[in-house]
Amino acid sequence: MSTIAPVAGPVPRFEPAVMRRKLSGTVFYGACLAAIGLLLLALVALLVDVFVRAAPWLDVDFLTGVPSSRPARAGIFPALVGTFEIGVIVGLLTFPIGVAAAIYLAEYASDSRVNRLLQTNISNLAGVPSIIYGILGLALFVRALAFGPTILAAALTLSLLILPVVIIASIEALKAVPQAQREGAYALGATRWQMVSRSILPAAAPGIMTGIILAMARAIGEAAPLILIGAFTFVTFLPNPLEGQYTVLPIQIYGWAQRPQADFQGISAAAIVVILVLMLVLNALALVVRARLSRHIQW
Amino acid sequence: MTAPSISLAHRRPLGERVIETFLFLAAALGVLTTLGIIAVLAFETFEFFLNVSPIDFFTGSRWSALIKPQSWGVLALVSGTLLVAVIALVIAIPLGLLAAVLLAEYATPRVRTVVKPILETIAGVPTIVLGFFGLNFIAPQLLRPLLGADTIGVFSALSGGIVVGLLITPLIASISEDAMRAVPRGMREGAFAMGATKFEVVRKVVFPAALSGIMASIILAMSRAIGETMAVVLTVGTKPQLTFDPTESVQTMTAFIVQISIGETAQGSIEYKSLFAVGATLFVLTFALNLLSGWIVRRFRTAY
Repeated sequence: MSTIAPVAGPVPRFEPAVMRRKLSGTVFYGACLAAIGLLLLALVALLVDVFVRAAPWLDVDFLTGVPSSRPARAGIFPALVGTFEIGVIVGLLTFPIGVAAAIYLAEYASDSRVNRLLQTNISNLAGVPSIIYGILGLALFVRALAFGPTILAAALTLSLLILPVVIIASIEALKAVPQAQREGAYALGATRWQMVSRSILPAAAPGIMTGIILAMARAIGEAAPLILIGAFTFVTFLPNPLEGQYTVLPIQIYGWAQRPQADFQGISAAAIVVILVLMLVLNALALVVRARLSRHIQW
Repeated sequence: MTAPSISLAHRRPLGERVIETFLFLAAALGVLTTLGIIAVLAFETFEFFLNVSPIDFFTGSRWSALIKPQSWGVLALVSGTLLVAVIALVIAIPLGLLAAVLLAEYATPRVRTVVKPILETIAGVPTIVLGFFGLNFIAPQLLRPLLGADTIGVFSALSGGIVVGLLITPLIASISEDAMRAVPRGMREGAFAMGATKFEVVRKVVFPAALSGIMASIILAMSRAIGETMAVVLTVGTKPQLTFDPTESVQTMTAFIVQISIGETAQGSIEYKSLFAVGATLFVLTFALNLLSGWIVRRFRTAY
């Protein structure tokens, strides 16, 4: 301001208002803490509610039994096996394809129009709702390629769903490797592929593996696309990946949660505990793999 | 054999080129996925529109696929979806932004080790679990005692909105935190040097500077809320209607797709085809929001 208006009336006392300004800051900090407190409360409520409901139903028979119209005899073994089979196939498919795509985009792609399109396309795919992938899988794998509503069709669909996640995580891991590492490899006469495969990939491995394990956790917890791929059925036998009906844990949870009786809510909660433990194991695995692989990396 | 000619033009060995081609194909698979999605949705939606007028579809507000007389006004599903998404954002924006500020500006290492795992755990919980939580806890033990059992039923847009809000909070928090961290230290220190308090720095310097990233995170979260399925399917009910009353039961686009998929709908029937038309609507809506989010980041980002 260029001019200072003359003060009318009594001259105000020197009032820097620091107290008031600091107070509003304190109030704001309190609001931040309250927000986190609320989130923590919701999380605790969720876990306590699920565990209390699940407790009476969780036993070995529940893990090894098959679904039944009588909650007391119902088990989740077919769903566990289905989830396991899908997890393995998804891992085997997305690991090579996802890492290869990431290597291309991070290490090979020049800044051409085609490559920018590939990059944009992958980030857009990551935002497509999972149920849309179910529609694609239904039309492509179940019907056009005639795999039918099988584990194979489900695993292929989930692979397409998590590929963008794997690619994005792998690109980040590759880009985090310092440029000097590449120049060092070239200086020793390495070709581009030798540089990537022997110098950059090992250095990026912890990040890539973490990304893949977390993406697999996402695939295992996903239910929406599989409803379209025919997972919502009453399965009392162990699934064969190539033919016949199957189910997976999240779908089994949904099927039981849909029924109004408290007993079915109970076994649904018990299945939730199992899937949460599975998630915990995968997350712990990601931490362990990360720690082991990054032991020798220093920069 | 001819003597090897020394040429400055670098010719890469065959193996290298094969590898590069393979890597390129892997990256291009994504384009095929996109084209596949668009082709499937376009083809089946076209078939649907041979039976139902697109005008009725996009302007009608009564949706009845399984109960005669049938009616195909998708606005009933779109409004239900948006109602849930808006409730979710009303919850997730303050929670997510406050968490982001805490992490980006106030985080002592101790605060971080508490806050980060809470957000990551919520983000990692399968969404069907949140649906279960809405059905068994939020609705019967929180909303109904609080608002009265005559006001709100077991299934409501509010119950669905709350669990979806919980689900998108980590998304807003993590993207906004990144945006706030990208604001250079010098700007904060400049404000501090002029006597600003911490809160004033956050409110008047960091927040405006990070606004493009924050907006992008909110739009991305909205897209996620619109496409969310399992958390919604157990909580909002199966009553497609155009309403702005959060205590009402509604049906979202995703919940309708699930309802048709698990039902005994004959392949090739019009109800079955409507699944694809609703899917196409959902795809276009979320795709537009994702593009908008990317555009905001590119257009309004200030490089410091």
